[in-house]
Formats: sequence, structure tokens, C-alpha cells
Amino acid sequence: MTPVVKLLAQRIALGLLLLFLVSILIFVGTLILPGDVAQSILGQSATPEALANLRQDLGLNEPALTRYFDWLFGVFQGDLGTALTSGQDIAESLGARFRNTLFLAFWAAIIAVPLAVFLGLLAVRYRDRWPDKLISAVTLASISLPEFLIGYLLMFFLGVKLRWFPSTAIGYRPDADVFTRLEAIALPVAVLTLVVLAHMMRMTRAAILNVMQSAYIETAELKGLSTFRVIWKHAFPNSIAPIVNVVMLNLAYLVVGVVVVEVVFVYPGMGQYLVDHVSKRDVPVVQACGLIFAAVYIGLNMLADVISILANPRLRHPK
Amino acid sequence: MSDLLEMKNLRIGATVYPPGEKPHDIEIVKGVSFSLEKGQVLGLIGESGAGKSTIGLASMGFGRGGVEITGGEVWINGRDILKGGMRGLRALRGAEVTYVAQSAAAAFNPARKLMEQVTEAALQHGRCTKSEAEARAVRLFDKLGLPDPETFGNRFPHQVSGGQLQRAMTAMALCPQPDLVVFDEPTTALDVTTQIDVLAAIKDAIRDTGVAALYITHDLAVVAQVSDHIMVLRHGEKVEYGTAEQIINAPQEDYTRALVTVRQIDHPEKAPAEPVLTAKNITARYSGTRYDVLKDVSIDLAPGHTLAVVGESGSGKSTLARVITGLLPPSEGQIDFAGRTLSPALAGRSREDLRELQMIYQMADVAMNPRQTVGTIIGRPLEFYFGMKGRKLRDRVAELLDKIEMADGFIDRYPAELSGGQKQRVCIARALAADPKLIICDEVTSALDPLVADGILKLLLDLQKKENVAYLFITHDLATVRAIADSIAVMYQGKVVRYGPKSEVLAPPFDDYTDLLLSSVPEMKLGWLEEVLAHRKMESAGH
Amino acid sequence: MRIPIAALIGLILTAFYFLMAIFAPLLAPYGMAEVVGGVWEPSSDAHLLGTDNIGRDLLSRMIYGGRTTIFIATAATILSFTTGSVLGFIAAVLGGWADQVLSRFVDLLMSIPTLIFALVVLSVMPVTVPVLILVMGLLDSTRVYRLARAVAVDIEVMDFVEAARLRGEGYRWIIFREILPNALSPLVAEMGLRFIFMVLFVSTLSFLGLGVQPPQADWGGIVKENADGIVYGIGAALYPAVAIATLAISVNLVADWVLNRTTSLKGGRG
Repeated sequence: MTPVVKLLAQRIALGLLLLFLVSILIFVGTLILPGDVAQSILGQSATPEALANLRQDLGLNEPALTRYFDWLFGVFQGDLGTALTSGQDIAESLGARFRNTLFLAFWAAIIAVPLAVFLGLLAVRYRDRWPDKLISAVTLASISLPEFLIGYLLMFFLGVKLRWFPSTAIGYRPDADVFTRLEAIALPVAVLTLVVLAHMMRMTRAAILNVMQSAYIETAELKGLSTFRVIWKHAFPNSIAPIVNVVMLNLAYLVVGVVVVEVVFVYPGMGQYLVDHVSKRDVPVVQACGLIFAAVYIGLNMLADVISILANPRLRHPK
Repeated sequence: MSDLLEMKNLRIGATVYPPGEKPHDIEIVKGVSFSLEKGQVLGLIGESGAGKSTIGLASMGFGRGGVEITGGEVWINGRDILKGGMRGLRALRGAEVTYVAQSAAAAFNPARKLMEQVTEAALQHGRCTKSEAEARAVRLFDKLGLPDPETFGNRFPHQVSGGQLQRAMTAMALCPQPDLVVFDEPTTALDVTTQIDVLAAIKDAIRDTGVAALYITHDLAVVAQVSDHIMVLRHGEKVEYGTAEQIINAPQEDYTRALVTVRQIDHPEKAPAEPVLTAKNITARYSGTRYDVLKDVSIDLAPGHTLAVVGESGSGKSTLARVITGLLPPSEGQIDFAGRTLSPALAGRSREDLRELQMIYQMADVAMNPRQTVGTIIGRPLEFYFGMKGRKLRDRVAELLDKIEMADGFIDRYPAELSGGQKQRVCIARALAADPKLIICDEVTSALDPLVADGILKLLLDLQKKENVAYLFITHDLATVRAIADSIAVMYQGKVVRYGPKSEVLAPPFDDYTDLLLSSVPEMKLGWLEEVLAHRKMESAGH
Repeated sequence: MRIPIAALIGLILTAFYFLMAIFAPLLAPYGMAEVVGGVWEPSSDAHLLGTDNIGRDLLSRMIYGGRTTIFIATAATILSFTTGSVLGFIAAVLGGWADQVLSRFVDLLMSIPTLIFALVVLSVMPVTVPVLILVMGLLDSTRVYRLARAVAVDIEVMDFVEAARLRGEGYRWIIFREILPNALSPLVAEMGLRFIFMVLFVSTLSFLGLGVQPPQADWGGIVKENADGIVYGIGAALYPAVAIATLAISVNLVADWVLNRTTSLKGGRG
């Protein structure tokens, strides 16, 4: 087995192990924490009979280990359980919402990634001049505001005052044509883009600057190569790994951003579903959503590592 | 003959941003003029901060990291290159003038094959076709003694050794058939036995291609082997310029004379005596590794004597120091010190054991806590081992400062405010404060400029005489060994290959490795390189 | 010592917000939950920022809200910092087994996005201020742990720490006299960034209805209460944006200054 394959196998195995441990953590976090779940669902005024019934329904009388494995095997078979509040099958309700969330995140990523890399390059090209300073000022401003406030600011000015876009995504229908759907999510996508863009730009800038300060870039300049060739042939091949890493890490930010943005714009995605059911203390739904969000997050981080391994010439061409 | 390169009153400056002060401009090169004929080699020599690399890069119109050429002219092939704009500079760099960097490992792009990088400049400047460039590269690989010249270029930089990379970098500089090559400390990062081969390869290549060269280094003995002329620089100014012969054999200036006679400290060897330190049959390895770094090493050292442990990188000499200090418990062997057997691990040693065995490090900057004053640094061992306080402590610190020839005004300074030599002196005072029987000196002079290093060595010898302290002196530099040692242990691949009093170790008959090591150390005389190589050729023919 | 103008502005604004938080009852013109006017009245002499969704004075709500937000964020930062840096230093100095266990556990906690983890935990815990501080502080301490450990490990391999070990110094001297003075500045700078993150975090939780509970005011909650006004063109929900952004930027400027001062000290004047 070549070292690359070995490393990749190790990294993927680690990702799966992490996912398994996270499932335990989420399970433990919701069921064994202080405070009786049944009590907190029904409130202080609940009758003892009602509490006993609910405990029975939740299977709280079984040992925790049995409940965990029942849950985990269910997850493997695509059975996420039923929601306590509505009695609906969670997998079914989640399916459509998951697709909606992906649709939103996909468009945010499509816009944010090339823009961030381009602006990052621009900041490096005009380092310490006004474009660089402007970019860092905007970055500072946007990481100083929570996502939901950026959302309301855009909604207030672009949606309500200027009426350029619909101010909420309440009119979003998954079966409508693409343009109607895109119009409905214009503002949420803009917010997500802004949120992710700031970090991604800043980190891209740092990653490229790091490469540009290497001795081999000086060697290339001392060969009398054109700026374009220095960047294309010498800086770029060594920047792929760090940039991909930056992109992946920031797509992971999207996972969090999407939760809040969906609530702001009343978008029927998984984030809104999660937040709704946290306030209703609907534990099975929270577990299912938490696990999916964590899986996406771990997956993106794993992908980032896999790509860095593949892009490393030392590993690709062993001694 | 016409001049290939002429620098007229070159001035180079930079803006510095010292903390807590306003940014201001400093001058790195202060009006230097010289010229270089076709096919000639000029050596630029000086200590760090002399401006030699800056001048070398200026011949390509390049300033590193905010450095700017502020005045003067640089003429190459009859053109003032500073007036041609960026376009003119690009046409010059990599075609007429090329560059060999100190660290080839960093100067090669890790993501591209060697052949692509070696031929790139020639192809970009349209000097030849791809197949011509590759054929030329293969010839250069062969000439520079690289293995499998036909396929060498297919490798990636991380797949070849440091010495080979340095040669490949020379091939890269010669491939476009330039008129001038700037060699910027090309052998400084190499071990001495590798250095001699690379040096010979560079010299041959220069001679065979008839290219002119600027050879920049801090080592006068090295530059004497390759140069026709030598220019001595200090603080950005020319000190002396002359033929290599005149500079080495008849230096005019005091500074040059000091550089030529550096490390010629006369140190007669002391008579053998009962040892204070005995290490017997030490074998050690780092946890998690499968190879022994030290194999059955035995040494001893008498009070007030110096044992020099010599070897190249990877020989295990620093590991030996770690074993003796207790930082790395050996897997086998025993250490006796001052009449008692030391516990193998640091945790098992008494405070008295620790006090009597002190250590001085190579990098004085990181050996002192940047947040402590000189007074605290030197005073802590006094407080810790002897319980000194207040007036008494301060007086003793002042006394120690006096011993290392520093004024007591330094007591409230922070390490960042000291020069390199002063930092190392403070480290010596800290070791002396414990009133030790033995000080382990780990490459204590190798990060310093030659003249500063000389001062430190003299101080150490002087202190040894007064305090009767023994030194275990770890170094890769044989000149230092000659200057300071009473006995010598030569280490190679974790073993002591030769051991005894200085006079015996440095006298024939030699074992193969010691012979190679000793004969590889550049000597301050012209024609040394040829002599050694001829001698080696004869020997290998004789076998 | 000269303080750069940006850092000075940051310091003054940060001090302003903290003083406002401390003296909120003296400064606020009306009570926190006192209904004093109509719904969403525009700004007037009586109500500088107007009134909120049920007719309370918005300026008073903002001042009291700032008090809650800053109090929770400060408490959570302190908790996160003490836990994270103590464990991080211990891991770095002890090394080996203890380091492995702590570091792998932190890796595991960090493999779930903080907000998602907080939501999971808050779904079964009573949402009270102490619980909020505990959850936020402990979740965030993983990040402080990583930084503190990394900084300490970097210092720990320096020769001056080895020299202290060889001298026979104990763990206490090594941690407090050798490592801590050199780790302090990056940690203080990070503390600023963690504080900002806590302000954003608690605001987000309150906005989602899972943080500070009404009628208690806090900046995130004010947005939630007045969000419905946005679609009618009423900007009451946007005042917290100004407050959060100015506070965050001020703290950021101070943190940047502290960090720059550190790096320049390391460079020295030698």
C-alpha cells in the first residue's frame, strides 16, 4: 500500500470513528443530562400519570445502552424515529427540508467560493493598498455582526425599503421553477455569502501570502519570469491545498449560518425545523437534525484533509 | 578585457519598524564600487549585516523584503540595469545573470520536477529549444557529479539530498549559459565533508563554462579556494579589495588581518588527570524510534579539562549531551560524576548533581526567557541553589557580569536589548552562577560571527583557568576544536570512532572517517582545495 | 507607551459599554419592562429611540439589554478562559497520556458545530442564565484549550524552559514564571475575540428564543421581539445591530493592538 493510500484510509477511518463517537455524544447529551426529559416536555404542572406514560412512550424505562443501539440501528436503516409533538415520521419530514437546505447552501457556496478566492487574490495583489484595506475593513465589519442581524439589515434595506427582492422566503415552493425559487432565496443567499465570504477571503489572503513569501517564489522572480508565470507555475500549484482547506472549513461555517438564516427568512429548511423543535423540546427531532448537521460538518472537514493529502507532492511522490 | 559588471557608488536602504519607535530608514550598503571582468570570480566576504548578499542581489536589480536600491549605478554588459525598468530587469534575470541560493531545499518549488525548474529560465528567455536545454541540463548534472544524470531531472526536490539539491541549483543557474552567476553562501548549510565536494563541483563548473561569478560567503577559507579577487565588507562599506593571494597572504587592514587569523588561538594540551565525569558504554534511542542514536559510547573528562566531541549532523553528539544531562535516559550504560553514579533520569538526580553540571546552548536567544531581566536570569541559580537574596544577590550578579566582561549596567536589561555575543556571555554567567564542576557547551559559537565567536572562546578558556571547570564541548567545527580542546572524541553515526588526547587524535595514522573529516575542513591558504582533491585521488588510486 | 489612535478609540468605546452595563439602572430613563407608550412609536424627546412592540421605551430596553448581554458574555468568557487555559497548560506541561486524553476529547467536542451542540443540549436543559453561561463557557473552552496548549507547547520546547528543568525547577515555577509570562499576550488578545464571539453567540441564542427569556431584555431578544416590524418598514430591531457591531469592533481593535505589541516584543531590538 502506498503511503498516500494508507494516509487516506486512516483519515477516512478517523472520520467514521468521529461520527460514531459524535452519535454517542449527541445521544448522551440529550438523554442523560440533568433534568428529566419527560418533565421538561410536559412542564411542571404535568400529572404523574402523564409523565409515566410519556416515559413509557420514549422508552425511558429501558437501559440507556439498549435505547442508544435501538436508535443507532434505526438511523442506519433510515429510520430516524417519530416526532413527539406531531407524531410524524422524522425521516419523511426531513427529506424535503434537507433538499431545501441543500438548495440554499449550494447557491451560497457557488457564489461565495469563487468570489472569495478572487477577492483574496485581489487583496494579495494590492497588498497594503486601498483594495486590501477596504477588503479587510468589510471583513472586520461582517464578522462583528451576528448572522441574523446581517439578515435583518438586508431585509430592511434591500427588501422593505428598496423592494429589490422579496423580504422573506415565505413564498418559497420546492416545486416552482428555478427562477421563482432563486428570487425567493436571493436575500438568504446574500446573507450566507456575506457571512462565509469574510472568513474565506481573509484566510485565502493569508494562505496565498504565505506561499508568496516562500524562497522558491524569489527563485522564480530571479529567473526573470513574468508575474503571471510566477503565479501560475510556481505559486498556484502550492496554493491549491491551503485554498481548498480554507474553502472546506468555511463551507462548514455555512452549516451553522444556514440554521439562523432560515429562521430569519422563514425558509422551510432543516435549520428552521431544528430550532422549532428545540423550543418544543422534541428530543428525537433534535437528535436527528444534530446528527445530520454534525455528519455534514465532519464530512467537509474530512474532505479538506483528503484533498490536502492528495495535493502534497511529498506524499504523492514518495522517496 | 572589458568589464562585465561594474557597480558605481551603490547605495541600498530599507525602512525598519522598531517597536515603540517611529519607522525610519537605514542604509545597508553605503556607497560601494567595484568591477568584475568576464570569466573572473569575485569573492564578497563579511560578517552578518555586512551587506554582502544585498550587493549580490543588487547585481540583478533585486531587493529582498522591502530593501531598495537608493543610489548609484549597476552596469552589466555596458547597460545601467537600474535604468531599464522592470522589463529590462526581467530580460536580464535568469538570462545574463543567474542566482544560487543558500538553502536549495527552500529555493526549489516542491510541486515541480527538477528538470522543469532547471530548464525553465533558458526556455522562458528563448535561449534554446526544449531538447537542447534538457541535453544541457543532463551534461551539467553529469559535470556536477549528480547520480544518474539522465534521469536525475525526473525527481522532485524532496526526493534528493541537500548536497545534491545544492548542485542541482548550480545546474539551474548555469543552464541558460549566463555571463554572471551570483552564489549566495552556497555551501554554508552543508556538512563539511559534503561542502568540499560541492565546492569542487562549483569550481570546476565555473572554470569549464568560463562564466563570471560573485561568490558570497562569511568563510574566508572557502572563498579563497574559488576566487580570483576578494572584497572584504563590513557594515555596508568596503574594507579592502585585492587579489585572493594578497588578501590571504598580505592583508592590509586590521579587520582583514583579524579575519585571516581567526581561530588561531594557541591552547597547549593539559596533562591527563583523574576524571570528574565518566560515561561508560552508553547506548540510547529516542522513544518511538527503532534505531539507537548512540551505540556503546564511552568517554571521560578530567577537572578543568576540555573534551571536544566532534561530528557532523546526525552523528549523535548532541544526543550524548542530552544523555549526560539526564534529559534522555540511556537504555544501557552508566554515568559517574564527581565520585558518584548519576541517576539515568533527570527526576532522580539530587539538587547538588544538577548544580554541578551546567549547560550552555547554541542559540542564546531562545536559551533565555525574553520576559526576564539579565539580573533575574543570572540571579535565579544563586537564589535557587544558594538561597541568596537582596544586596548579596545583586552584588554576586554584578561580580559574575564582571567575569564575563560586561558592565553591571546590564543587570536591568532584557535579552532582546543585547547583541548576539552579549547574549551568549549572559548564558555563560548563568552557568557559572551555579559554581559547577562541568559545563556542557552545545555548539555555543556556531551561531556567531567568527570574530565574536573568537571572543567567546577566549573568555571560556580564561574562565576555565580561573574556576577550574571542565567543558564538554560539542561542535562540528574543527578549528574550534583545535583552539580549545585537551582531548577529542570523533563521532560518526552514533559511535565514537576516534578518541584520545588532542595531539594523538589530530596526528596520523588516521582512520578513514577522521581522515575525511579533517581533510575536508577548508584551510586559509590558496590552492588547498586542489591539494586535497589531488591527494584523495592519489589515495584512491593507491587502493 | 504610545497607544495607537485605533486602539484608543477601541478602549474608550469598550469602557463606555461596560460602564453603561454597570450603571444601567441609573442611566435608563424608564424601567426595563415598564410599558410607557404605544406600539412602535417613532423616536421623540420622551423616547429617544422610540418604543418597542408592546410600548416599552426602547432606549431603556437597549441599556438593560446591554447589561444582560455583556454580563452573560463576560461570565462565559471567564469560565471558558479559566477552564480552557488551565487544562491547556496542564496538557502541554505534563504531555504523554494526560495530553492525549484531553486533546482527543476536545477534538471530539469540536467536531460538532458549537451552535448545533448548544441547541442539542438546550433542548433538554432548563433555559436559565446560569445554564446558558455554563453551556456557552464550556463549549467555547475547547477553542481556548487548543490555543493555550499550542502556545504552551511552543514555549515548552524552548531552551530556556529546558534550562529551568535542568536547574531542577518544579512545575509551579515552570508554568507561572517561564511559560505564563510569555503566553499572556496571545491569550489576552484571544480573550477579546472569545468575548466578541460570546456576545454574538448569546444574541443568536436569544434571537432563536433559546437564550435569555422575556421579559428580561437582551440585545438578541430585542431583535426577536421587534423583528415583525421590519416588514412594515419599522427599524426598531436594527438598533442592537449598531450596539453589537460597535462593541465587537472596539474589542477587536484592542485585541489587535495587544497582539501586535506581543509580536513586536518578540522581535526585540537586538
